[in-house]
Amino acid sequence: MNYFTEVVLSGLTRGSIYALIALGYTMVYGIIELINFAHGEIYMIGAFTALILASVLTIFGFNTIAILFLASIIAIVYSAMYGYTMEKVAYKPIRNSQRLSALISAIGMSMFLQNYVRIAQTSDFLPFPRIIPRFPWLSALPISMSSAQFMIFASTAVVMVLLTFLIKFTKIGKSMRAASQDKVMAKLLGVNVNKVISVTFIIGSATAALGGILISSYTGQINFYIGFLAGIKAFVAAVLGGIGSIPGAVLGSFVLGLTESLGAGYISSDYEDVFAFIILAVILIVKPAGILGKGQIEKV
Amino acid sequence: MTQRLHELRRSLLVSLWFMLLTFPIMVIRVNTITGTIRWRWSNLALIGIGSFVISVVWRYAMQRKTGEVRATGVFAQVGARVGAGAEKVRTVLDSPKVRVRLVSGLLAAAVAYPFLTSMYHTNIMITALTYVVLGLGLNIIIGLGGMLHIGYAAFYAIGAYSYALLNMYFGINFWLALPIGAALAGLFSLLIGLPTLRLRGDYLAIVTLAFAEITRLVLQNWQQVTGGAAGIPNIPRPQLFGMTMRLHQTTTFVYFIMLAVVILTIFVVHRLENSRIGRQWVAMKEDYIACQAMGVSIAKAKLTALGIGAVWGGLVGVIFAARTTFINPASFTVWESVIILSTVVLGGMGSIPGVFVGALVLMLLPEYLRPFAQYRMLIFGALLVTMMVFRPGGFIKKRRKAYTITEAEKQSVIEAGAEADEDTEE
Repeated sequence: MNYFTEVVLSGLTRGSIYALIALGYTMVYGIIELINFAHGEIYMIGAFTALILASVLTIFGFNTIAILFLASIIAIVYSAMYGYTMEKVAYKPIRNSQRLSALISAIGMSMFLQNYVRIAQTSDFLPFPRIIPRFPWLSALPISMSSAQFMIFASTAVVMVLLTFLIKFTKIGKSMRAASQDKVMAKLLGVNVNKVISVTFIIGSATAALGGILISSYTGQINFYIGFLAGIKAFVAAVLGGIGSIPGAVLGSFVLGLTESLGAGYISSDYEDVFAFIILAVILIVKPAGILGKGQIEKV
Repeated sequence: MTQRLHELRRSLLVSLWFMLLTFPIMVIRVNTITGTIRWRWSNLALIGIGSFVISVVWRYAMQRKTGEVRATGVFAQVGARVGAGAEKVRTVLDSPKVRVRLVSGLLAAAVAYPFLTSMYHTNIMITALTYVVLGLGLNIIIGLGGMLHIGYAAFYAIGAYSYALLNMYFGINFWLALPIGAALAGLFSLLIGLPTLRLRGDYLAIVTLAFAEITRLVLQNWQQVTGGAAGIPNIPRPQLFGMTMRLHQTTTFVYFIMLAVVILTIFVVHRLENSRIGRQWVAMKEDYIACQAMGVSIAKAKLTALGIGAVWGGLVGVIFAARTTFINPASFTVWESVIILSTVVLGGMGSIPGVFVGALVLMLLPEYLRPFAQYRMLIFGALLVTMMVFRPGGFIKKRRKAYTITEAEKQSVIEAGAEADEDTEE
């Protein structure tokens, strides 16, 4: 396999991971218009919970498949619980106050969760167990892809399709769209806005946790700090694609992942993160609504 | 009574929920190398009791805030006393005589401080004062201009690096570097501000964060010029007419430089607040559209706030480099910016005494509560959230200049109105 395909493949993998986190970001933003800085921490907590559970289950002597499923599912449920609680504690009481307050509260939450994990667990890097088994049939493919990579691609595709379905065709999806357009009107028409927001946080957190588990088994190590950069990058991806739009988040993630990989592969790997931030700055300056976003007209 | 029982039951449920929620992370600790698990059950009890108490207080505070319950009995008396006390303190503080005395007392204490305490304490105070200036600088951007900036540490870094680099390559001394560093930080802020004029709120926050990170990454990776992650050692300390000073004398000297900068900052920010441009900032913060409709140029107001706010970061950056004699990019991470932000927000956005007290308290407390040092960021985070929920204005709220209309004035206005009516009738 030549260098170029390798770089592109790694870019696509990154893109898929960003997409899993960006989906949650974009959903939350679509409904309450808040940059949930703590979203990346949920991703980190998902990975940590999975790591802890997988280690415990290994010590108890479970087999690989059971560990994979049990650890992932419990970790995802836990992260969803964290997301739900976070919304109730930090965002719900200030939903009607200034935007600035909500943003500061989100930063505070992010700080709190990071340090909570640092103090309760460790500040060192921990090796993440290879919970994803080797798929022997992957070697039959013309390009060499690890099973973790395959799982990342597959889950991103499945999650994106499921979310699109959920938002387009189900009742809760309809309520979400209604709430994102006009909360007061939605309430008047009998939509339980509080419930809709809770559900959004739960779904967003669950996808973030899934991303956390997959990326950690791909990179092989985690610490309490991984959520911050991942969260920022995912936010960049969501903005890039047009915040609030689900296909936009995925598209933005792939653009970001590819740019980073190509930049790191052909220019300099030291400045990998700089590329992401430069893209963000450029997109916000040139087209603040993002690639697939619609510009909003401000009504007075 | 049943109401209270109900509340307690809810709190109990909350504490059970948190025990469940924190179980894997708080209780289980796996050692992957030896393959052993440590079950830390005591943590579970801690979480249970802690979250129960916090939940009771939180729920009560929430109900007080929404006006569902009034304080009764002892609470009401204590509350009323505290309220009356605060009011009295406020009226006393409002009189210019007391203010002059208070400020001169504080100044005298500040001047005497390094001679009465050890070098260790002076050093801590220098750090605290550094954050006072950083907080006041950021306060111009956030508190007055209403722009959430989470990249303020970048200006601090620019100040520090401009002194270190200019000294290393051109031998420029501290006193010359001071204005250069400040100006460079201001210029850099304007450069970021120009393309982002259209952005506001969340987007501006994220762009400032992005630029701060780019700055740090460039400093870290541009090995040939900045020395990379290893930083720059042996930066000369500030000099005074070529006198040779011993370490503790230099510390005292730096303390006085810092004190002078603090006084200058407070003076300038205070004057700015009530100036034409300061009022434009506040107007911009309150309402973009109304502000534009009143003929205020948003672009001008934004850029001046960003530029003037950043200058202070650059200024203390230079002092920081001269004081520690060693700098590296690790001192200027996002969390540095967030700490500065916390001091501003917790102290009271827009209020000079608020930011002053906030920075002093938040910087001094962790120094003297060493055993709790590792919980510092945890507590900051929790405080930020709690503050936003219950007291978004901060410890010391910004008080707007207000004019109260007395009964007599009201009466005279009404009479004037009545007369005017009669005039038109005739």
